[in-house]
Amino acid sequence: MSILPLTLRDVSVRRRGKRLIGPVDLRLDGAGLTMILGPNGSGKTTLLRVMHGVERLSSGAVVWSVPDVQARHRQAYVFQTPIMLRRSVADNLAYPLKLAGTLRSEVTERTAIWAERIGLADRMSLPAPRLSGGEKQKLALARALIRAPDVLFLDEPCANLDGASTGEIEALLHTALAQGTRIVMTTHNLGQAKRLGNEVIFMLRGQIHEQGLAERTFDAPQTPELAAFFRGDIIP
Amino acid sequence: MNDIYDGLHAAFWLVVTLDAQLIEISLRSLQVSLTALVIASAIALPLGTFLAIRRFRLRRLTISLLNALMGLPPVVVGLIVYILLSRSGPFGVLGLLFTPTAMIIAQVIIITPLIASITHQAMRELWAEYHDLLISLNTSGGQRVRTLIWDGRRTLLTAALAGFGRAIGEVGAIMIVGGNIDNATRVLTTAIALETGKGDFALALALGFVLIALAIGVNIAIHWLSRTESEGRW
Amino acid sequence: MIPRFLALIIALVFASAAAAETLRMAVTTSFDNSGLSDVLLPAIERDIGLEVQLLVVGTGQALRLGEAGDVDAILVHSRAAEEAFVEAGYGTHRREIMYNDFVLIGPLSDPASVALAGSVRDALGRIAREEPAFVSRGDDSGTHKRELALWQEADFDAAGFGSWYREVGAGMGASLNTAAGLDAYILADRASWLNFGNKAGLTLLYAGDPALFNQYAFLPVNPERHDHVRADLSAQLEDWLTGPRAKELIDGYMIDGETLFTFNAEVE
Repeated sequence: MSILPLTLRDVSVRRRGKRLIGPVDLRLDGAGLTMILGPNGSGKTTLLRVMHGVERLSSGAVVWSVPDVQARHRQAYVFQTPIMLRRSVADNLAYPLKLAGTLRSEVTERTAIWAERIGLADRMSLPAPRLSGGEKQKLALARALIRAPDVLFLDEPCANLDGASTGEIEALLHTALAQGTRIVMTTHNLGQAKRLGNEVIFMLRGQIHEQGLAERTFDAPQTPELAAFFRGDIIP
Repeated sequence: MNDIYDGLHAAFWLVVTLDAQLIEISLRSLQVSLTALVIASAIALPLGTFLAIRRFRLRRLTISLLNALMGLPPVVVGLIVYILLSRSGPFGVLGLLFTPTAMIIAQVIIITPLIASITHQAMRELWAEYHDLLISLNTSGGQRVRTLIWDGRRTLLTAALAGFGRAIGEVGAIMIVGGNIDNATRVLTTAIALETGKGDFALALALGFVLIALAIGVNIAIHWLSRTESEGRW
Repeated sequence: MIPRFLALIIALVFASAAAAETLRMAVTTSFDNSGLSDVLLPAIERDIGLEVQLLVVGTGQALRLGEAGDVDAILVHSRAAEEAFVEAGYGTHRREIMYNDFVLIGPLSDPASVALAGSVRDALGRIAREEPAFVSRGDDSGTHKRELALWQEADFDAAGFGSWYREVGAGMGASLNTAAGLDAYILADRASWLNFGNKAGLTLLYAGDPALFNQYAFLPVNPERHDHVRADLSAQLEDWLTGPRAKELIDGYMIDGETLFTFNAEVE
């Protein structure tokens, strides 16, 4: 049974008297990849963190279909700047499995498979902080996927990456989607949004301004602000 | 200047002739300070890490207290331990006064705040780096402490070595609680104090050089061990 | 891993806890600095199989250690304090063992002409008039108490002295180091002086007055106050210290050809 659907009811986050997002109501269900778009400071990352449950709510509720304790273990998050443990590539991959108390033989096996998939099989014992930016992001993604989460959150996973690395990341996401992982991600890259997105959420000034299926939204945005965003205009 | 030359000369001969007394007190110095180091680290490393990752009501107070204790004069620690362990004190029945155990207790009290404080500083930085990931992975408090200690082990080694340096070079407290008894509680530092008192500066200096060599030796040994342990992966 | 680690700690902590028959005795720094203990202790261990652990402290602290029951016996040289100790029931009795003497040490230039003094009273009078630097132990030790008593007998009040009178609050050796550094006068026991390695510009200026006589006494700690005190071992040690073998070793102990101690225990 999946941990979905995820429901956000009247959620808002305020910090130091300033509202970051809210009020937001949202239901996440089904399969595929949801793209969160929006200008800088519109609350994309905050929304992602709220869904993942690592942001303290000022009001409202975030509810999964299963109790929170179970839901916590079946989702993963990849940060915009990949956080590398000061350990080897292999130990970074193995970390979430060890936390879950996975058998040692299985840890070794799955670590090897994932290292192969991200092309780091020959550098298993290299300290992860010494990898290049693209390699770090791939490692972070593999570390997030190694426990086969129901839901995966990604915050601008391809910011600052070259074309080749972006392509490899997207290929990994396609595989995950094919295996039934529900993905929610933010991006600044409209091309990537079109290539990957099944659904679009457009954030503006801390609120969901427009939400819809990808093919229709890209062709015919319902609000003048999203149309302006697609044209590349500055939205006041 | 002549004294220093005499001291070096005496130190050289004490070492090459493997002077039995010198070896005995050097080993005792190591035994007392290394034991104190192991016990203090077992307390201070988790404590310092815990203080770095957990926000609780008395946290600020605990940290201030730790920093204050770090500056505690060893003689005061010695005096308090002495009074507690004295036959007429609350723990007198244990008969620990003037034994190496009493010296270990005093040194643990002296170096635990130091190690915990350095650990806290180092772990705060690492925690800032790891915070989001460990929260996201829904780690328990114990898992966080263990992950930080393991990944910060190099800095923690430095903290532990600082503690060891303070322990092995300490004289005020162990003089009081150990009593500097020949063949029982005499260590390098108390022997140095004794020889200085007798005006035998050459011997005192010789012991001082041995002490310095010992401290450097332990530092190098630990660093070397930690490098070989992780050479393949790091 | 963890049990083995704990076992290691326990082994380290208790490594030297086990030992043969040992007795703890608090002695004064002057006794230890004389080097006599290096002769007596091995002989005691050979003769009666007793390991004597010495706590080398000032007389004041030695008496405190006895009062608290932290030692089994004390060997000090401050008659009034010793009698008070026995009077208060902390010690069973006081047994005189031997004596040595105090000497007046000062700079070679001897600005107060102490070397010309006819008595210790005269010597101290010259110092008090001339006011050269004088180092006092100031640590409530037997030597310190004796020094204060000597000033009093010479009709001076040490508390009223000016800055030339320095109370250092340290043991005999450390005080001699200070005196050597300041080119100051100091009262020391002969044994510590002869064994002192850093004489610098100091020399022995006056000795020999009977008032400088320094009696050492042995006081077993009262087992009625502290039942862990090894009265049996103290008794063995007292027998040995007052016996012929001790007399031979004490009277025969010399530094630079000078006899330091005179055995004067009364054999019962």
